[in-house]
Amino acid sequence: MKLTREDVLHIARLARLGLTETEVERFREQLSNILENFEILQPVDTANIPPTAQSITLQNIVRDDEVAVSLPQDQILANAPQKDGNYFRVRAVLE
Amino acid sequence: MKGVSLISNQLTIHQAHQLLKAKQLSSVELTKAMLERIHQVEPKVHALVTITDELALKQAEQADELIASGDANPLTGIPMVIKDVICTKGVRTTCSSKMLENFVPPYDATVVEKLNNRGVVVMGKANMDEFAMGSSTENSALFTTHNPWDLSRVPGGSSGGSAAAVAAGEAIYALGSDTGGSIRQPAGFCSVTGLKPTYGRVSRYGLVAFASSLDQIGPLTQDVTDSALVLNAIAGYDSRDSTSVPYPTPDYTQCLTTDLNGLRLGVPKEYFVEGIQVEVKTAIQAAINKLEELGARVEWEVSLPHTPYALAVYYIIAPSEASANLARYDGVKYGFSYQEADSMWEALEKTRQHGFGAEVKRRIMLGTYALSAGYYDAYYLKAQKVRTLIRQEFDQAFEKFDALITPTSPTVPFKIGEKVDDPLQMYLSDVCTLPINIAGLPAISIPAGFAAGLPIGMQIIGKPFAEETILKIAYAYQQATEWHKQRPPI
Repeated sequence: MKLTREDVLHIARLARLGLTETEVERFREQLSNILENFEILQPVDTANIPPTAQSITLQNIVRDDEVAVSLPQDQILANAPQKDGNYFRVRAVLE
Repeated sequence: MKGVSLISNQLTIHQAHQLLKAKQLSSVELTKAMLERIHQVEPKVHALVTITDELALKQAEQADELIASGDANPLTGIPMVIKDVICTKGVRTTCSSKMLENFVPPYDATVVEKLNNRGVVVMGKANMDEFAMGSSTENSALFTTHNPWDLSRVPGGSSGGSAAAVAAGEAIYALGSDTGGSIRQPAGFCSVTGLKPTYGRVSRYGLVAFASSLDQIGPLTQDVTDSALVLNAIAGYDSRDSTSVPYPTPDYTQCLTTDLNGLRLGVPKEYFVEGIQVEVKTAIQAAINKLEELGARVEWEVSLPHTPYALAVYYIIAPSEASANLARYDGVKYGFSYQEADSMWEALEKTRQHGFGAEVKRRIMLGTYALSAGYYDAYYLKAQKVRTLIRQEFDQAFEKFDALITPTSPTVPFKIGEKVDDPLQMYLSDVCTLPINIAGLPAISIPAGFAAGLPIGMQIIGKPFAEETILKIAYAYQQATEWHKQRPPI
């Protein structure tokens, strides 16, 4: 699978990942190489084989909806790059 | 006590516990000796991102009080380090990433809470590949850790700082995390004992997420008895991690006996081909002969034919999960934040561009691609189906065998810089360990020899939740051999 420059830019946009020009070219090459390696899976017969999402078979874990103490606001906000009083400060979504 | 600094870099948990209990040594003395050792070797090894000396001395004083009051347990007062992917309340937790360089968690991971309840002494946080993505610790955005056995070589990864710290005597044991071999491969490279428990055995609450269906926390120690002691402390159900299992946890020291009679071991031949170094092959064959001498019945030439697909399955599933998990780094709630942007989208993209290193970006890209419209079925879903086949193959093997024996890694530690520009070559150094995460099995790496002074690790793989079986085999081997007692000349 050979990726194009447009493919790389498309994936980067989906991941909201800024890339430099050098990175675009390097990733195009490296990712193409890695994806080519993944072709090894295509001939494996997986008809009627269910997918595994996790290796243990626990299902439907529920718990009682109990009121409990949560972390105080100031501790949650302590690592915020930008805050405004008791709020995270974000940029305008709609301009 | 005189001479503590001489012996502290060789003490195991169980030996130190005896000295502490007999009042021949205090935790404060031991901690000071270990801090001295850290300052002596750290300029060469670079295993630690943060050294918590004040915290350590405070915890050591508290431990001495516990010991004086007769309430000591085997981990009380024992100095240790924690991989910097596990949250420690009030102590910076960086994941060796620029993204979290200044992140101070407001809570402890469950494993840290459990250890603190036992009165442990935290000496610091250990270096790692950024967000646990890598096999050499060269992907740390902070600095590269050097292998104490040969400073020009890598300690393995991603828990390279944890493994190097234990090998160099900077800590008596360490916690690591293992998504595709990240405890076992560095344990093999540094000649220490590294245990990855069954997926679900240890709570992942407070472990910064990489690939949630594969991640598991475990100990890196100097011997198997110590592995059992740490597993005793950290295993068990946790309501805050819904993938932790509600099964009872035994006392893992009870299984440590030397009689392997009746145990059936299989040696899967697929782990001994393609690029395996001849010295590694010879050493592991000799180690298996030793297990046979100890009473185990060994069947060579077992076949697990889907093994060659594990690498591709892993490098589709792990990056896919990572691309979702790492979407949280948006520069708003915590972590690095790019401030000079004109719009919200630009700020987001630039935050991630400057906050993540090359390997993390590569895996986010790979995972995003495998999950994207048009490619999901061909990559992600296909990989999940082959994952089922790999699991089934292990299930079938475990109908005949109690454990499987393989090398931990196909080579001895490689040179720093040797594979850093070739991601596929780097990925291959986990080829023996990542099938185990795909199937969620427990496995342990123990020292099994040296090639020209460089460590070789043996991997023992068990059935789900059969940690006792692999600990027993590893214990019997260590009682009969001296490899694990050798220390690097540093």
